[in-house]
Amino acid sequence: RFSRAALRDYARLLGAFIAAERQKGLAVEVGVELDIKVALSSLPELQGSEQDQPAVLVQLSSRSRASPKNSEDKILWSGCFCCVYGDDLSENMPEDFTCLPLFLANGAESYMSVVGNWFQKTFDCIFRRLAISPFSLTWMVAMWTGCKVDKATSAVELVFSVPRLPQPLDISYAIHPEDAKALWDTIQKTPGEITQEEVDVFMDCLYSHFHRHFKIHLSATKLVKVSTAIASAHCDGIVKMLHSQYLSGVLMLLTELAISQIQ
Amino acid sequence: LVGSDEELQQKLAEAILQEKRDFKISIHIATSLPLPSERDHLRPRIDLIVFMIDIKSKYSLKNVEASLAHVDATFFLGKVYFLVTGVGRVNCCSIETNAVCKLGEAYCSPVLFCELELEGVRVATAQRLLRMLQICAGLVPGFSALSFSLLMRNSADD
Repeated sequence: RFSRAALRDYARLLGAFIAAERQKGLAVEVGVELDIKVALSSLPELQGSEQDQPAVLVQLSSRSRASPKNSEDKILWSGCFCCVYGDDLSENMPEDFTCLPLFLANGAESYMSVVGNWFQKTFDCIFRRLAISPFSLTWMVAMWTGCKVDKATSAVELVFSVPRLPQPLDISYAIHPEDAKALWDTIQKTPGEITQEEVDVFMDCLYSHFHRHFKIHLSATKLVKVSTAIASAHCDGIVKMLHSQYLSGVLMLLTELAISQIQ
Repeated sequence: LVGSDEELQQKLAEAILQEKRDFKISIHIATSLPLPSERDHLRPRIDLIVFMIDIKSKYSLKNVEASLAHVDATFFLGKVYFLVTGVGRVNCCSIETNAVCKLGEAYCSPVLFCELELEGVRVATAQRLLRMLQICAGLVPGFSALSFSLLMRNSADD
């Protein structure tokens, strides 16, 4: 059973596992010849409500054998188990069950694979890529477009993949962030609340504008990526957080998505 | 069959025509309604209208919504069905299934969910549609189109 008191032990075990895997020739980054140190820690700052359990951070760092002892470790890979406003899930969990439905990973896929394997072997858990449907992406772009930012530096961008063509075709639709926000502001009725209808109207406006100019029905294609000044998200589960102020909101959304894919 | 995906409509039509039956059927495929009025006098009686919606395409839903306005009210007494395909790929959905169910309720017509891209499901769907068509054409004694569609809708709610 997972226990926060044993984080140091887990780090040691995971480190040994990684070393063993590297001996076998797995999880090796080309040109990298160094000892990998594993650190596990609790991140109490990363949670939403009282019911959320504090996040657990996993970090793989390296110290080159060649460099002097007091040189800084280079972080190779970070992963973080978290739960931000996941009340729906934690309500139904037994008292001593650690429930962290969302995992954020940053770094090479090979390390993710090894770390994931160890956790799945050691604890009762399963790692699975978070797939984000076009439907969920429309919610994200509507929500994030409405967020107030001081200087809107990046455009609101939507990327569509056109199905059934002999050669793959992607359409990128970029909108000036102020125009996008102005459009959203005319649609959203209650600040702080978003309805499905409002998201639909927002997307319909964007689609019909595009159709007027290019005679292409974007609604018949697959929305694969959305990008705003707050964050960007791709249907394969690749997310970029770009604005610290709204980090909690983005994580709350992702937690909700993760929970819906578990249930 | 009314829908924006001609390829899928063709496949479904072919599957229906391959089924054994003891009555003649003709399948008219259209991307949208209204049908061209010049051919009104040549057109045979329409017994069943199936609106096809692809859960991966918001456009297909919009297309169907626009076409519904051109259907005479009498058809909604059991001769209209919504067929939603693509439900096997939840991660690719562009529309909310709730929205389609609401559409079905608004037009008092049953909603069928399927995955036409899978041959087995396509064949099963074709068989269902053929049976429904038989009822809607009045070829099954004791069963009217209206009573059957009420049966379909009530069982769907369960």
